[in-house]
Amino acid sequence: MFFSRTKKSIELIDAFLNCVDQGLLLFKEGVKNYLYNNMEHFNNDIVQLANTERESDKLRREIETTLYMQSLMPQVRGDVMQLLEEMDNLIDQAKKNLFQFEVETPHIPAELISDFIRLTQTSVSAAESTIPAAKSYFNEPVNVSEKIHRVYFYEKETDMLADIIRRKIFKEIPGLRLSEKFHLRYFTLHIENISDTAEKVADLLSIMAIKRIV
Amino acid sequence: MFGYLFLISGLFLGWSLGANDASNIFGTAVGTRMVKFRTAAIIASIFVILGAVIQGSGTTETLSRLGSVDAVGGAFTVALCAGIIVTFMTKYRLPVSTGQAIVGAIIGWCFYTATPVDYSVLVKILGSWVFGPILGMLFGYVLYILLRKYIRSSRIHMLKMESIIRTSLIVVGAFAAYSLGANNIANVMGVFVNSFNVSFTIGSLYISSTRLLFFIGSLAIALGICTYSKKVIDTVGNGVLAMTPEMAIVVVLAQALVLFVFSSTSLSNALMSIGLPAIPLVPVSSTQVLIGAIIGVGLVKGVQELKLKMVGGIMLGWITTPVLSGLFTFISLFFVERVFGMQVSMRETALESLGQAESSFASVEYHMPTTNVNTFFLVATIVLLIGLLLYTFFARKKALEKARAEGHREAKKKLFSDYQNALKEIEVNTVQLENTTLATRLEERKNQLVTYSLSIGEQRKYLESISESIEQAIKAPTLQEKNRVLKNQLTEIKQRMSFKGEVDEIYRQAEQVYMEFVEKLDKTFPKLTSREKEILVLLRIGLSSKEMAPLLNISTKSVEIARYRLRAKLGVSKDETLTDFIKSM
Repeated sequence: MFFSRTKKSIELIDAFLNCVDQGLLLFKEGVKNYLYNNMEHFNNDIVQLANTERESDKLRREIETTLYMQSLMPQVRGDVMQLLEEMDNLIDQAKKNLFQFEVETPHIPAELISDFIRLTQTSVSAAESTIPAAKSYFNEPVNVSEKIHRVYFYEKETDMLADIIRRKIFKEIPGLRLSEKFHLRYFTLHIENISDTAEKVADLLSIMAIKRIV
Repeated sequence: MFGYLFLISGLFLGWSLGANDASNIFGTAVGTRMVKFRTAAIIASIFVILGAVIQGSGTTETLSRLGSVDAVGGAFTVALCAGIIVTFMTKYRLPVSTGQAIVGAIIGWCFYTATPVDYSVLVKILGSWVFGPILGMLFGYVLYILLRKYIRSSRIHMLKMESIIRTSLIVVGAFAAYSLGANNIANVMGVFVNSFNVSFTIGSLYISSTRLLFFIGSLAIALGICTYSKKVIDTVGNGVLAMTPEMAIVVVLAQALVLFVFSSTSLSNALMSIGLPAIPLVPVSSTQVLIGAIIGVGLVKGVQELKLKMVGGIMLGWITTPVLSGLFTFISLFFVERVFGMQVSMRETALESLGQAESSFASVEYHMPTTNVNTFFLVATIVLLIGLLLYTFFARKKALEKARAEGHREAKKKLFSDYQNALKEIEVNTVQLENTTLATRLEERKNQLVTYSLSIGEQRKYLESISESIEQAIKAPTLQEKNRVLKNQLTEIKQRMSFKGEVDEIYRQAEQVYMEFVEKLDKTFPKLTSREKEILVLLRIGLSSKEMAPLLNISTKSVEIARYRLRAKLGVSKDETLTDFIKSM
């Protein structure tokens, strides 16, 4: 009876992490489809991402309730809740960004498409790397530090790529209006923000892992 | 039946033991919020009773050998004194050992009754005080290393691990409670075993006197656990060392193992059967063992985590408890024997033998009280004492609760009144601000009204003078005269066109609106002329040079020149416009 409830909580946490993972994949695909002008697929990605985000919110709330109702992990409960919230932020941000693409339909010059794809892939990779790290926190906290260094690496890469894109927008591509430059800069920033949130998750995880090991 | 009343002091001691030592079993588990206090209390109570009834005889025998308290009065006093000392130390939140209190009390009895102390047993007991914590430390050290290794190597999910730890805490706690009952029941009922005979038979079931005493004693321990241990748990649970639940398992298990080793007759026999020396069955202080286990765990984690000051304080308690208990018992026995005339031993006491020795020398007759027990007086005193203790306990609890509730209420009231005051202040400020604004507006309107009235009157007068001049011109007899009148009128009209009065009025009103600005201007640039000040005020209103020119009755070019001069005078930089400079003031 007692272990079955624990099993349910474990399943919920795993389902939540899978949800985040799926959301990030959908974001990556969505941006790619937008850039290649596959609008039908893009719209499909948006709908799916919105559903996934809703599902993740629901799961997070359910986990919160379960942890409090069954008074599980009283000492680390606060940390775990914060971790789940930060990870939920990842998927929230991804959804928000994709909706911004849909609403604002930024004009992305052909010479920037490959850069944007790389930026998206790197930023999402940083976010994706938090998932094995989080799983590791629950199962073998000693290995968390090994997993989170990937997050830091991808986050740095994302920063670098974003800088390159901004330089190209403002200095290298002729004929862009100031409004277009601003618009593109904001989209670079939005995509970059996902990796920044991933970095926050990594920071939190490293502290949580130390707490558990000591 | 009256004899049972003497057991009350033992039960009181049991209650104290339960209140204190439950913290050694479930304190860390409850402190880390892994086990609820209610669950812990129920489990501990059940297993303490089981341990005492099943396995409590070994250590009791040892304690009986230290000093066989053979009279009911003596047993009663010894247990009561130990209980009072334990309660006293509990009150000051010092983790205290009932074992030390009872040993001190027994030695006090031995001294008082001139009974020779069995020093071999005393050495055994004292040895256990030293060896118990050391063994606890060893167990704690080894078990913690093993557990840590297991946790790190196993890939069990944190939640599952937590369930395992929670269950382990309960199982280990139950084992520790069992061991505590087995080991420490001697402290509670050991002194009564030789002076009480309460065995009875129900049908074919025979319950020996010792076992029944153990059962009653363990019930008292359970009562102590349920009623008063929460307070001590709050100290030991988190006080000595910040414990993780993993540490809690190790500490409690180490403690349980040590207590079990020192109370298991079968384990001792098993060792003897394979040619090893027997384990002395001695009541060990669970507090000492707990501290030992914590130190063991602390060694693995790094000693700096231990609050050495607290450990030192506890160690001081180890010395003070038996000494205080012994002295207190000695004095109490004197009163019990001399005042209440109660027999405290079957032997003659030290004071009696001293009295006899003196009488043989000086042939002085001493009036020694007989052993006639003033039953009514004694019962009344016991009941009074218990009543007093209970009253103190409940009165203090009630007073604390009342004070706490009062404090909460006061805090809430204060918070509420603070909010109200803050809101009132905001409201008053808002109303004041509104009033000031309204008063200013009213004043402005009044002025405007006066100005309009004056202006209407003035204009009427002026228009009348024009019409008079025109009439004079029409009526003029000569053309020369006509031209002169018209020329004069024209000059007057031109003079009027400078709108000097209106400009002054505008300036006055602007000054009123931008009072702060004008004051600042006067303070910062005192050398400005009134004309320059006028220009600056008009600029502050937001008028351009073109709009200003007719008001000042000069050309736009002249305004531009005046502005240029002002820039130089005010020290405005080249990057800044004069208007921006004024607005930034």
